[in-house]
Amino acid sequence: MSATTAEGTAGLSRRGTAARLARRHGWTVGVYVLLFLLVLYWRTQTNLPWGPFDVQSLAIDALPLAFAACGQAIVILSGGIDLSVGSMMSLVNVVAAKYMVHMSLEEALLFSLALVACAALAGAVTGLVIVVTRVADIIVTLAMLFVLAGAALAVLEVPGGGVPLQYQSLVTIDTVGTKWLPAAILILLGSYAVLWLTMRRTRPGLALYAIGSNRPAAYLAGVNVSATRVLAYAFSGAFAALGGLALTAASGLGDPNSGTIYTLNSVAAVVLGGVSLLGGVGGLLGPIAAAFVLTLVKSLMILRGVDQNYAQVIQGTLIVLVVMLGGLAIRQKAKGG
Amino acid sequence: MTAAPAPQRTRPAIRQLLGDNPAVVLTFVFIAIFLATDIVNRAQEGQAFLTLTQLSTTFLFAAVLGLMAAGQTLVMLTAGVDLSVATTATAGAFMISRFGTHGAATAILVALAVGLGIGLVNGIGIAVFRVNALIMTLGVSTITLGLLTVQAQKQFTSLVPEFVVTLGSQRFLTYIPYDLLVWAPIAALIILGLRYSGIGRMIYAVGDNPVASRLGGVRVWQVLLFVYAMCGLLSAAAGILLVGFNNAADLGIGAPFLLPSVAAVVIGGTSIFGGLGGYAGTILGALILTVLDSLLTILNASQAVRQVLYGLIVLALAAIYARATAASE
Repeated sequence: MSATTAEGTAGLSRRGTAARLARRHGWTVGVYVLLFLLVLYWRTQTNLPWGPFDVQSLAIDALPLAFAACGQAIVILSGGIDLSVGSMMSLVNVVAAKYMVHMSLEEALLFSLALVACAALAGAVTGLVIVVTRVADIIVTLAMLFVLAGAALAVLEVPGGGVPLQYQSLVTIDTVGTKWLPAAILILLGSYAVLWLTMRRTRPGLALYAIGSNRPAAYLAGVNVSATRVLAYAFSGAFAALGGLALTAASGLGDPNSGTIYTLNSVAAVVLGGVSLLGGVGGLLGPIAAAFVLTLVKSLMILRGVDQNYAQVIQGTLIVLVVMLGGLAIRQKAKGG
Repeated sequence: MTAAPAPQRTRPAIRQLLGDNPAVVLTFVFIAIFLATDIVNRAQEGQAFLTLTQLSTTFLFAAVLGLMAAGQTLVMLTAGVDLSVATTATAGAFMISRFGTHGAATAILVALAVGLGIGLVNGIGIAVFRVNALIMTLGVSTITLGLLTVQAQKQFTSLVPEFVVTLGSQRFLTYIPYDLLVWAPIAALIILGLRYSGIGRMIYAVGDNPVASRLGGVRVWQVLLFVYAMCGLLSAAAGILLVGFNNAADLGIGAPFLLPSVAAVVIGGTSIFGGLGGYAGTILGALILTVLDSLLTILNASQAVRQVLYGLIVLALAAIYARATAASE
């Protein structure tokens, strides 16, 4: 770590700001370039006219994973991991679908806000359990995975429920100005701005990075490590709830297993998005793009006639390979590259 | 980590016992929960649960979980975790019913080979390419389940050989389940092997301090490869017993065992941070969870309630152990 810093300062004068920017944001830019290339490829693969509608359906498909990735990214940045993201999404999904059926749009929106707040609170409780009991975060969140999944089953045993039509159309309505900017993306960017941009440069936001990159040093520097960890899990809960609501809006149904795949996929999106699993390095924009890449890769495979289960196999293999390469990159850096 | 070291103080005797020798405490817990189940069963069904038959059934049921948790114990002793045990067991079960027509021996060999293969893939990823254990095993689990789903969609004759059914569900001398013949020798081998063999000591060493182990001449990657390969093998063995018990394989056959496999290890006193614990505790953990499962069945608890309860048990016990061991250091 110290070797890298020394090398970095020495190199700064030689290579200048551009090089530093490239080093810091290179990966994120790379993911966006990859996404752009995939979209171009996607266009050549469809014989039907390709237009705003396709962009919109991609955005709606990717929205739940993008939210899950944001929550997971914040926890991983703080040096932890949250295996309960998927179950939290299932739980929010079934609760929303069960109680929103007969609500008006306004009521449904208020209910959604309340759900996000409750999920943030539940996330904070998970964080508190980790901090107070000093049990490993993997074990606590793995246990929470089962507790929340059980709760989701208790709420709705089989897929069912529903949401007001206007609520569903929230993600599909035409946005002002251009048709090429789907509402789903606006919702995503809005949540990102409200929840994260307001945080990142503040004290708690910096503390998040600090405890992720070097916890003892952060503690000695006066950072409240426990409170910051709780905060990270609260964020994860809130974003998972948004992901669950996105699932509900996209499907119009509640399904107690709807969120299961998002635990692994969110971690994959985070790693592909340039966040180090060791914590402290990365941001949220990378994981968001990675969520779109992963979603697009899967739908491209299905578009080309690959069996859906093989698509799952290929996606799983890709995820493992990405994490493997990410690990190699970390070690190369540690060697002083 | 964040607090100053706790001042030395006399610990309550029970906590000391739990920290030093969990097996004794766990045996009492097992007996207590067995008695509780007996009382509930008398109240609900008007029948005793405290019988030799029920004890024998408990061991019969516990063998599957015990084998899966055996692999999990080895992995967790090295400070890892294997989230693919349930899918590996499903894969083992599938191979039995897929190759059942070729005879029991072939089917069992194929099932074990597949389990070993999955374990080796996990091990290579984690030990050689240093992928995070959680991600690697979760990823391999996803991949395996996808491949099995594709397999399951193809038509094939499915038959569980008579030998496997006997092994997984029958008893001899009225009370002794055949699966104990598989479980008991493996258990003895693991307990003794961990204590007395070189590789056993190295598993503890790697879990306790991988850097010091490497500097001390241990080839850490070989030890890790070994534990994940063994975990795959043991999970496949659990899958063989499971399909023998159910007499048919389906895609969800192993899934209910994933959290209990971690829970049994945690209850048994093995630390998630590695280097501390052993298989004896895990066996008791598996037995306790099996009786608890019977208790919940008698109480007509739904799958939802069970999941929540298992989650809470893992949390509570992990917290208790964290306190017990933190105070002893």
